[in-house]
Amino acid sequence: MTTGQRHPRVPLPYLAMDIFAQQLINGLVLGSIYALVALGYTMVYGILGLINFAHGDITMVGALVSLTILQALAAAGLPAPVLLVIAGGGAMIVCAALGLSIERVAYRPLRRAPRLAPLITAIGVSILLQYSAALIWGKQYIAMPKLLEPAAIEIAGAQLTTLQMTIFLLACAIMAALLWFIKVSRMGRAMRATEQNPDVAGLMGVNTNTVIAFTFVLGSAIGAIAGLMIILYYGIGHYFMGFMLGLKAFTAAVLGGIGNVGGAVLGGLLLGVIESLASGYIGDLSGGVLGSNYRDIFAFLVLVLVLVLRPSGLLGQHSGDRA
Amino acid sequence: MHKHPIRTAAVALTAALLVAACGQDAPPPAPKAEAPKAPEMLTVKIGSASPLTGPQAHIGIDIRNGVQLAIEDANAANVEIAGKKVKFEMVAEDDEANPTKATTVAQKLVDAKVAAVIGHFNSGASIPASKIYSDAGIPQISPSSTNPKYTEQGFKTTFRVVAHDGQQGPTLARFAAKTLQAKSVAIIDDSTAYGQGLADNFEATAKSLGIKVLAREHTTDKDTDFKAILTKIKGKKPDLIMFGGIDPQAAPMIKQMKDLGIKAKFIGGDGMQTPNFIKLAGDAAEGAMASIPGLPKDQMPGGKTFLEKYKAKFNQEVELFAPMGYDAVMVFIDAMKRAGSADPAKFLPEVGKTSYGGVIGPIAFDDKGDLKNGPITIYVVKGGKWEALETVKPEAAAGAAPAAAAAPAAAPAPAPEAAKK
Repeated sequence: MTTGQRHPRVPLPYLAMDIFAQQLINGLVLGSIYALVALGYTMVYGILGLINFAHGDITMVGALVSLTILQALAAAGLPAPVLLVIAGGGAMIVCAALGLSIERVAYRPLRRAPRLAPLITAIGVSILLQYSAALIWGKQYIAMPKLLEPAAIEIAGAQLTTLQMTIFLLACAIMAALLWFIKVSRMGRAMRATEQNPDVAGLMGVNTNTVIAFTFVLGSAIGAIAGLMIILYYGIGHYFMGFMLGLKAFTAAVLGGIGNVGGAVLGGLLLGVIESLASGYIGDLSGGVLGSNYRDIFAFLVLVLVLVLRPSGLLGQHSGDRA
Repeated sequence: MHKHPIRTAAVALTAALLVAACGQDAPPPAPKAEAPKAPEMLTVKIGSASPLTGPQAHIGIDIRNGVQLAIEDANAANVEIAGKKVKFEMVAEDDEANPTKATTVAQKLVDAKVAAVIGHFNSGASIPASKIYSDAGIPQISPSSTNPKYTEQGFKTTFRVVAHDGQQGPTLARFAAKTLQAKSVAIIDDSTAYGQGLADNFEATAKSLGIKVLAREHTTDKDTDFKAILTKIKGKKPDLIMFGGIDPQAAPMIKQMKDLGIKAKFIGGDGMQTPNFIKLAGDAAEGAMASIPGLPKDQMPGGKTFLEKYKAKFNQEVELFAPMGYDAVMVFIDAMKRAGSADPAKFLPEVGKTSYGGVIGPIAFDDKGDLKNGPITIYVVKGGKWEALETVKPEAAAGAAPAAAAAPAAAPAPAPEAAKK
C-alpha cells in the first residue's frame, strides 16, 4: 500500500511558505474550537474533579439545535448576522438548561460517591445524549442551509475566509471574557474559592451548589457556541459528531493542564496546530510510510506524552491531593 | 428459593404446562390461516441486507425498497414454481454499514431460512458476510458492492449486478486522461474496502496512462475535516483530485476545496453520485464528476417504468441502487423457476446461468459471479443536478439484443422468460 515511490522527489515542496501559512490558519481555527470545548471540561474538572464526558455531546446538541433553527429560519429572509445570533442564542439556552439538569440529576447525587461512580455516570449521560439526538434528528448527516457567501482574503499566499476569521476572533473574545470574568467578578471569585476547597468555601458563605450549577451552565453555553461554529465551518451535523470532538477537547484540556482555564485555551490552540501540521506534513516527511489518516493518532499521542512526561499539563501546577 | 420447594415446583409446573400448551396451540393457526387461500402455497423468504440507519441509510433504504417492490410484483404475478403457487416474503435487516454487524445480520438471515439474499450495500459488509452465506449455501447478489475481492474469494454463492472497481477505477482513470486531459492527480480515499479499492484501481490505471500521481492521502469514513490534506494537495497543484469514498465525506471535501481556493477538478466513484452529495455540498458541488456502474437511470431499458412505479409506491425518487435490488430479486425468481425449486441447493447452479433482461439491462454472470459487460456512466453536477456525461462499456457487448431486453423489462415479473435465449 504505502511506498515511498509514489511521491516524486521534488526538492522540499512542503516547505512552501503559503502552504505552511495555510496549515497554520487551518490549525488555529480548528484549535480555537477545540479550546472553547476544552473550557467546559476544564472548568468542571477544576471545581468538581469530575471529567464530564458528556460535554462533547452537549456541544453536539448545541450544534444540531442551532442547525435546526437555521433551517427553520433560512427562508425568513433575515440578515445572516441576526440569524446567527438567534441560532446561537437558542442553542445556548438549550445547552445551558441541559447542563443544569445533567448536573442536578446525574452528578449532584453522586458528589460524595467514589470518583469512579460519577465518571461512569458521565459516560452514561454521553451515550444517552447521543442516542436521544439520533431519535430527534435521525442518524443521517444534516446539511446546513446556504447562509453566507464565502469571502476570502489572502495572507502570505494562504486563503483566510471571513468565516474562519470570525470563528477565531469570536473564540478568542469569549476566552478572554471568561478569564476576566473568573478573575474579577464576584461569581468568579466564588468559583475559584470552590475550586480550592468546597467545604471551606461553603463555610465562608459561598453557596457551592449554586456555583457548581453555574459552572455547568457556563461551560455548556460556551459549548453551544462551539457547536454553532462547527456547523458554520463544516456545513454538516451528525448525532455522533460530539464524540471525537469531546475526546480531542479533553486532550486539549489535559495538554494545557486540566483545571486551568488559561491552559485549556493554550492546549486547544496547540492541539489544533499540531494536528494540522502533522496531517499536512507527515506523509512527505516519512516518505509516504505514514499517511494523513494517522491524524487522530497525533492528538492521542500528545495525550499520552503529556500524561507520561508532565501529568499536570503545560500550565497546570500540582495542587495537593484534592484536584 | 430453597425455602419454598413447593412454590418452586409449582412455578416450574406452570411453566411446563404453559410451554406444553403453547406447543399444542401454535401449529393449528398457521395452516388455518393459509388453508383457505391455496392448498399448495409455498412461502419463500428473500433476505435484504443493507444499512437502514446511519449516514448511509438513504442508500440502504433505497435498496430495500427495490427488493420490496420486486417481491410485491412477483406476488401480484402469481409466480409458480414446479406447479406450486409461491408467496415471497422479504426479511429486511439493517447492517449499519458495519462489517461486524453485517456478519451478525448474515447469520440472522441464514437462521431465518431465507432462500436468497440481496445485499449488502457496502463492500466492507458484503465481503465478511459472503462467507456465512457461502457456508450455508445461500446465494447472494450484491446490488452495489464494487470491491473486486467480493467475488474473488472462490465462493459459488456470490454474485453482483454492478460493474466492480476493477472496471470502475480504470474507467475513471481513462476518462481523466482522455476526456479531461488531466496530467496530474491527487488521490484521497476513506480507508474503507470500497474507497481504498476504488482509489487503488484508479491509481494503477492513471499511472499506466501517464498521469502523475502527486499525492496519495487517506482519511476515514467518519471525518469531516479535510483542510490539512487539501492544503497539502493545494501545494502540489494537481489538475484533478480523485476521491474514493462516499457522499458524507465527499461533500464537505469539495466545499473545503473551494474555501481553500483549489481550482482542481474533483472526481469520484458511485459512492458520491447521489442527490445527497449535492444537498450536503450545495453550490460547491457544481462541476464535480462521478462514475456509477450501470446506465443512467432513465436510459435503463426498464428505467422509465421503474422510476414511475417507485415514485408512486414510495413517494420519493430512486436514490441509487433500487433498480439493482429489484433485478436481483427477479434473477433469483427466474433461477428458481428454471430449477423448479426454491431450495438454494437446487437453484444455485441456475443463478450462474442467468440470462435475464432486467430493469438495468441484460444480466448475465461470468464464472466469478461478476456482471458481464456492466456499463459505467460518468456524471457531472450541472445546475444542482447530476447529468450523464458519457457511458463506457468495459468490453464489447457480447450479444443480448437491447430490444429483447426491453420487452420484459416493462413487465419483468410476469414474463421474465421472454428474455431467455
